[in-house]
Amino acid sequence: MSEAAIAGTEPKAAEMSGEALLSVSDLHGWYGESHVLHGMAFDVQEGEVVTLLGRNGAGKTTTLKAIMGILTKRTGSVRFGGTELIREPARKIARQGIALCPEERGIFASLSVEENLLLPPQVKPGGLSLDRIFELFPNLKERLSSQGTKLSGGEQQMLAIGRILRTGAKLLLLDEPTEGLAPVIVQQIGATIARLKREGFTIVLVEQNFHFAASLADRHYVVEQGRVIDIIPKAELEANMDKLHAYLGV
Amino acid sequence: MFELIGIPPQALFGQLLLGLINGSFYAVLSLGLAVIFGLLNIINFTHGAQYMLGAFVAWMLLNYLGIGYWWALLLAPVIVGLLGVIMERLFIRRLYHLDHLYGLLLTFGLALIITGIFKQQFGVSGLPYSAPALLSGGYNLGFMYLPVSRAWVILASAIVCFGTWFVIEKTRLGAYLRAATENPTLVGAFGINVPLLITATYGFGVALAAFAGVLAAPIYSVNPIMGENLIIVVFAVVVIGGMGSILGSIITGFGLGLVEGLTRVFYPEGSAVVVFVIMAIVLLVKPAGLFGREI
Repeated sequence: MSEAAIAGTEPKAAEMSGEALLSVSDLHGWYGESHVLHGMAFDVQEGEVVTLLGRNGAGKTTTLKAIMGILTKRTGSVRFGGTELIREPARKIARQGIALCPEERGIFASLSVEENLLLPPQVKPGGLSLDRIFELFPNLKERLSSQGTKLSGGEQQMLAIGRILRTGAKLLLLDEPTEGLAPVIVQQIGATIARLKREGFTIVLVEQNFHFAASLADRHYVVEQGRVIDIIPKAELEANMDKLHAYLGV
Repeated sequence: MFELIGIPPQALFGQLLLGLINGSFYAVLSLGLAVIFGLLNIINFTHGAQYMLGAFVAWMLLNYLGIGYWWALLLAPVIVGLLGVIMERLFIRRLYHLDHLYGLLLTFGLALIITGIFKQQFGVSGLPYSAPALLSGGYNLGFMYLPVSRAWVILASAIVCFGTWFVIEKTRLGAYLRAATENPTLVGAFGINVPLLITATYGFGVALAAFAGVLAAPIYSVNPIMGENLIIVVFAVVVIGGMGSILGSIITGFGLGLVEGLTRVFYPEGSAVVVFVIMAIVLLVKPAGLFGREI
């Protein structure tokens, strides 16, 4: 049934402008023996923000890890800018211009804020300058010499996003950037993502906070049991609210 | 001549100097172990053998090729470090996903093999390695006589320790290293070549051991078992300082050398065990070590 649902909606994504920047198809992934991704498929055009929505354990984070090459046991196809990445190690995938902001944020305790910020190497030209990053996240500038993990949760999230903006990566994979944060910080991060989109970044956003995601994304992919079971474009969001609530169980 | 609590100053300062020299070797060797353990999670039991190899390479360079001490200080660590790189690529790499114990067994086995080969070839009575002319002589400081060769060991160790600390704590490369110690997967996902970083780190840690070996060559004789004798104390130093702590291993290394020297003055019978007594106390009071982070 899910195959049919995807087949019916896929052309909408593909007809926008030639080949997608990121094209995931028939992606399977395993944690050891446990088969977690069962044929994930979605496309992201350059400059788009798309979300992966779904319940806990649906395979959203795993999908990001599989794209990034952190999940090593994977099959299928992940094409980025026309290049097949499914057999590449994470460090080569990063060098293509994909950057991950992990769910647990991954701030290094033994590094200062500044070192954390400067850690990811520049992989492509055209990353944001430090000044631009401080413009987006003024808090970071005040705390450059602090230990990375001494920052508040919100500041750590800003650091985790800020450090991948420097690298010149064009595709950002953001894993639940609002998890556990105060509403005012969530707003700030939302505004930042909107601004990054205006500046031409392409973003795949994994979110539990649907209201946060709704205002930002061009398209929502509903993920269940390791595959996409529905695609809801922004324009059809209102009409599909009931369906979506059923999917997410909220 | 004045006396200090019944001890003649010549004896006191002489033992402190000896302690500081031992401490220099403890510091450089435990630093190498700390660097390796931090990133690789491998307890490198081959360290003593690699220290011995450093001394032997210096001896071979001199006796087979006529290359002297100063060049050996540079070449022996490079040569032994490259042997370490080969070892890491061939053997150690295969153990990263396993328990610490396997790495310990492998490196212990390799140490036995390397030491065995050298015992077979060179015997255990030791080979002389004469200090270069520049290191002969000494200074009369009034309260004691300071041989240049001893002062040089302390100075060279301190420089190497400080340099290593500086690179790890204050440079971009060091930031990669610290980050990869915490979360290698994420560092790899940023596009950094973590496997290469690991190999280079092991090579560097081994090179530190070899450097200590060259420093030791003119002071002690060059002997296949020179590492075996030292490495057990060095492991105690590492445990006291805190597994994987860079600053901890340096300070503890020099500090315990001094403590040992003082013990030799005031209670000579205890000098051989004092480090282990301290280790036991530290393990009871602060199991992560004096400078270790509690997990």
